[in-house]
Amino acid sequence: MALRPVAIIAALAVAGLTLGPVAAVLVFAGGGAGLGPGFGQALRFTLVQATLSAALSVLFAIPVARALARRRFAGRGLLIALLGAPFILPVIVAVLGLIAVFGQQGLVNDALRALGLPGFSIYGLHGVVLAHVFFNLPLATRLILQGWLAIPAERLRLAASLGLSPGAMVRTIEAPMLARIAPGAFAVIFVICLSSFAVALTLGGGPRATTIELAIYQAVRFDFDLGRAAVLSVVQLGLALAAGLVALQLSRGEGFGIGLDRVVTRWDGAGAAARISDGVWIVLAALFLLAPLASVVVRGLPGLPLMPVEVWRAATHSVTVALGSTVLCLIWALPLATRAGEVVGLAGIALSPLVLGTGLFVIVRPFANPFDLALVVTALVNALVALPFALRILRPEAEAVRADFARLSHALGLTPWAWTRLVFLPRLRRPLGFAAGLTAALSMGDLGVIALFADPDRTTLPLAVYRLMGSYRMEAAAGAALLLLALSLALFWLFDRGGRVNAEA
Amino acid sequence: MLRLENVRIETGDFTLTADLELPPAARVAVIGPSGAGKSTLLDTIAGFLRPKAGRILWQGRDITGLPPDQRPVGMLFQENNLFPHLDLMRNLGLAVRPDGRAPDAEGRKRIGAALARVGLDAMERRKPGALSGGQQSRAALARVLLQARPIMALDEPFAALGPALKAEMLALVREVAEEIGALVLMVSHDPEDARRFADLTVLVADFVAHPAVATAELFRNPPEALRAYLGE
Repeated sequence: MALRPVAIIAALAVAGLTLGPVAAVLVFAGGGAGLGPGFGQALRFTLVQATLSAALSVLFAIPVARALARRRFAGRGLLIALLGAPFILPVIVAVLGLIAVFGQQGLVNDALRALGLPGFSIYGLHGVVLAHVFFNLPLATRLILQGWLAIPAERLRLAASLGLSPGAMVRTIEAPMLARIAPGAFAVIFVICLSSFAVALTLGGGPRATTIELAIYQAVRFDFDLGRAAVLSVVQLGLALAAGLVALQLSRGEGFGIGLDRVVTRWDGAGAAARISDGVWIVLAALFLLAPLASVVVRGLPGLPLMPVEVWRAATHSVTVALGSTVLCLIWALPLATRAGEVVGLAGIALSPLVLGTGLFVIVRPFANPFDLALVVTALVNALVALPFALRILRPEAEAVRADFARLSHALGLTPWAWTRLVFLPRLRRPLGFAAGLTAALSMGDLGVIALFADPDRTTLPLAVYRLMGSYRMEAAAGAALLLLALSLALFWLFDRGGRVNAEA
Repeated sequence: MLRLENVRIETGDFTLTADLELPPAARVAVIGPSGAGKSTLLDTIAGFLRPKAGRILWQGRDITGLPPDQRPVGMLFQENNLFPHLDLMRNLGLAVRPDGRAPDAEGRKRIGAALARVGLDAMERRKPGALSGGQQSRAALARVLLQARPIMALDEPFAALGPALKAEMLALVREVAEEIGALVLMVSHDPEDARRFADLTVLVADFVAHPAVATAELFRNPPEALRAYLGE
């Protein structure tokens, strides 16, 4: 079972592919290029939108999690499962859904106009924050729900037998739990929003709504100023590392936790006011999450026949890239599914795809046309970015397999290959399927590096949707978005299901 | 002859010393209070732990540095003796072919015979989950039988079985061990097991694995450490 060398090779590959581009960016940034005009504004916008997005997500998650923790109702399990869905939802699909609901011609603005009230625009800070809350409210809710479920049942029973008032309940039970969970949740979401690219690309833009990530993209694509892109990448890297370290300190929850559909028996919140407010929060949260998705389906169906043929080609590219990065990610993840390996894998989460992409662009340029390598680089970066998630899923199970069967395997003298083929992989089928599904869906929906590298011949489906939106062909864009949604979910479902079927014992 | 020569084992801040000899083909019980180091002693003999000092010799040959699969030891663990996702044929096949390839006709015949020997005829295609606890123990014993190593190390493998099943399994172990002429080392926290099964007993207490003593003699005239363990 001496698989150490394989693990070391995998770790070196990850380190090389993350640190290499960073080093390239640092060297290139040393050339003395300036930060360019509008840098201060971009930095301010990045920090403001991330702070607002994280604060609002956590704030709204508190009542939603409380309501979910203490109510049973039909569809509760489904709603909680749905809270995990934004993770594998392509950003561009969600953006189209949000535009359908909150955009100029959207349901909300229509309603406001009918009431004679002024409408609002989804583009700019509002829209960026709205989209970030759409993606991160579920995450915050899951984290806080986990906090609720971690409260020992005895404490809730004690509160019931003491007959604590709602206020006392908050002070003695909910507030201490939130003090433990909320800062970590805020920090994690802040980090995620800090390196937001696709949302800013689609709903932001313009000098007043540009994130640093978007500024990197603009420097490469519009000005072809690689020096400035590199300097901006260094800034982004510093921001993400600093915030990431703080988040790592503050957060212990995982958000992937299973068993969230457990209902803890509770005796509080029996009053009418509490029941009504819980009901309202649950309905609002469900509407906020479901309405955009429903409108993607409703608007997408008539758009399907209007899709130009390039969309199908882009879809083929996307599926290929997704499968490629899934294979690559798992090849990395299996030998690295140890405590030390997980630390190596974290490199992928600390680095933004745009920074990695810029670094790879700089490295590749002297040897080849970067645009020729668009799809390869995209698959590579997607695998690196998904690696921390795959490791988080695989490591506990991999360690359990080793703990349970290492002695027996040593006693039998199993060869490394026999151990891998007959014990390690079969025992890891379920988490492998889940990790593969997540990686494939994440890669399928990625709109990051590809935007940096793509030319008209080599697009992926998310980029095709974005380009259709850019040329105001909204029906075709809606159709392509529906196709993207269907493919992402199908890939996730196929892999996850593949891990479960016939995986008894 | 299995000889532990001035062996000192350290795990964390726990230390166990052993200086003893065990004759081949004997049945030896290893008893003592929990946490005294009974399993540690077995793990050292089986090669899962390297002693800090001393040597382990089998028939005069130094085996201290050998990995578990090259030692003359077949081991039954407390649990996880079988891979739950493989049927019995594949499970036992690994004892014949550690590279994981399918055993040849000859190997398959041996596996079938070993299963029949422990009373599991025609169960080759069952997975462990489809067997009772007693049958799982039998299958694990069939694996040790196939390995046919001259030392059988049993780390309380039958602790989860009821008294009748346990007695049945001990009788089967005895038969199997006699067939391959193996030295049996059995860890137990139940003095009754020792009295019923073992000619010799090693008492592990106070950080020492004491030299083996005839079991009947030991219980007739228990030393201080054993009296404390038995609560007399």
